Formats: sequence, structure tokens, C-alpha cells
Amino acid sequence: MGDVRILEIKESVFADNDRRAHQLREELREKKVFLLNLMSSPGAGKTTTLVRTIEALKGEFTIGVMEADIDSDVDARTIAQTGAKSIQLHTGGMCHLDAEMTRQGVEGLGIEDVDLAILENVGNLVCPAEFDTGASKNAMILSVPEGHDKPLKYPLMFEVCDIVLINKTDVLPYFDFDIELVEQHIHKRNPRAKVIPICAKTGEGMDAWADWLRTEIKKWRAGE
Amino acid sequence: MHELGVTFHVMDHLEKVALENNASKICKVTLELGEVSTVIESYLQSCWKWACAKRPLFEGCELVVETLPAVTFCEGCEDTYATVEYGRVCPHCGSDKTYLLQGNEFNMKEIEVE
Repeated sequence: MGDVRILEIKESVFADNDRRAHQLREELREKKVFLLNLMSSPGAGKTTTLVRTIEALKGEFTIGVMEADIDSDVDARTIAQTGAKSIQLHTGGMCHLDAEMTRQGVEGLGIEDVDLAILENVGNLVCPAEFDTGASKNAMILSVPEGHDKPLKYPLMFEVCDIVLINKTDVLPYFDFDIELVEQHIHKRNPRAKVIPICAKTGEGMDAWADWLRTEIKKWRAGE
Repeated sequence: MHELGVTFHVMDHLEKVALENNASKICKVTLELGEVSTVIESYLQSCWKWACAKRPLFEGCELVVETLPAVTFCEGCEDTYATVEYGRVCPHCGSDKTYLLQGNEFNMKEIEVE
């Protein structure tokens, strides 16, 4: 038995990740690359929304997509069909991406020629909210079938998001989903969050979403 | 499995700290966990045991979890109350303009090394 010593740490578990995320964000800012972190539950429509987003913006920006999933490459294949550069990241069972994994993704994707990099996070409303990826902005998709009470159940996710897309508005007649109420729930937890109803399938609301991205990318490049 | 991910995250960090301090073994780790953090202590303990067996530095390492009570502040009456018992609405004045003061922490407090 050697001598027993006590080492005081006194630091949040997330502090180390927060530092790495901050560093990555600053490096991307210098390179004028806008990184969007897109989060949602599984099946809310991240990939379909992305395909529409790429169609709307590919004439203006060079877009690269990182698809994070526990397994498979179906999403990366779908994105590749749009002509955008895409890679699949496997999280090896992990429920989220942290800043270090995001950095590896960015390096794997190659961002020299990219203006808009999009990280499609693992489908999950809990852990991705806790681990800052280093993204310029955080977006999340809440789909109508999930219900308008989600901001009450997963407050942190809604607190960290700059924008919330309410997807699948085409099925509103079949669900007891109250758009006004969901906006109230979101703004109670996060007054600065922008809320846009969209339907990735029909294209409704996609112009407003694309406009928001254009404005944010412009501000990011201007160093704001 | 959220707790397994954060267990690896904590262990990676503590391994670095131990090596920087020329320690060859981590005998005990003390974490502080807020009452309304997203981590469940019993799951964390199970993951910890499992992960310890795979990392020589952590062989037989004890995990101590200290719970930090959740406290909410009410902007209506500027008083505080127990979050877990009363939730988002203030039990003193009925206002829902409240925010969490403490309770979602997940901190590494100290480690005991040899």
C-alpha cells in the first residue's frame, strides 16, 4: 500500500467538454464555417428536413453534413443523393456527440470548401442538450405526433436551442397538438427561441427556415 | 444508456488528473449530483462497477455520490422552495415565474489516489 492522497477536483463533469466546444467554435468562426447542430427525437424528421434545406440553400452555400448515429449509414446515403458532401459518424453506442467527437467529424468531413456544416445529432432529447458540440447555433425539431407537452418534459433541450422547428404540420388535423400552447411552453423556458412551424414533406415553412439560416450565417461571417 | 456515456467521460478526465499527479491507483471518487440532474445514481453505480473492471487504474475504486438538493427561486415573492416537492409553481404565492437555483449539478468533487 502506498500513501493515500486526496486530490480536489471541484469541477463540473461538463466543464472540460465546454472548454473544448468553445475552442472548436472559435476556430470555426475564424475559418468562417457555420456549424449547425440539429437535434430531435428519433423519427421527428431530421434527415427529410435536411434534404429540403440542402435543396433550398445549395445554390448559395457549399454544404457538408455529418450524420451521427449509433449504427448504419442510411442517413448519410440519403444526404449524399442531394449532392452535398456527407459522412456518417458512428457513436459506438453513445447517446450523444461531444465536442471532441464533433472535432473528429469536422476533420473527417473536411471544411476547407464548406460554408455551412450541419451536424445531425443522435436522436435523443436528453444527453445532446448537455454536451455542447461547439456548434454556432443549436436547432431542434419537434414533430406534431410527439405532442405539445415535450418542452415541459425535456426543458434543457428547449433551453439550449436557438430555434425550434415544429415539423409534420400536415398531420395537425389528426392530433391534439396546440401550436400556440407549444410556443408558450417553449418561451417560458427559453424566451429567445425562434419557433417556426414547417412540413418537410410538403415544403411548408421551409422558406422561413432557410431565411433564418441565411441571416445567421451572414451574422456569423461578420463576426457577430 | 446515458449513465454509461457520462461514466466514461468522468473516467477519462480523472485518469488524466491521476497521471498528472503521478498516482498509480484511484481508490475512491466523490461526485456531487443535483437532485434533478439527468443522471440516476443507481444506474451510475452499476455503470461505474462495470467500467472499473475494464480500467486498471480504477480497479476496485469506490464511487461516493453526494446529493445536492434542488431549490427553486420564485420571482413573484422572491422566496425559495424545494423543487422536487412543488415543481414549477411557487407554493408560497402561486406564481409560475420561477427558475432553478440549484439541483442540476454534476460535479467531480475529489478523488483519493495512491
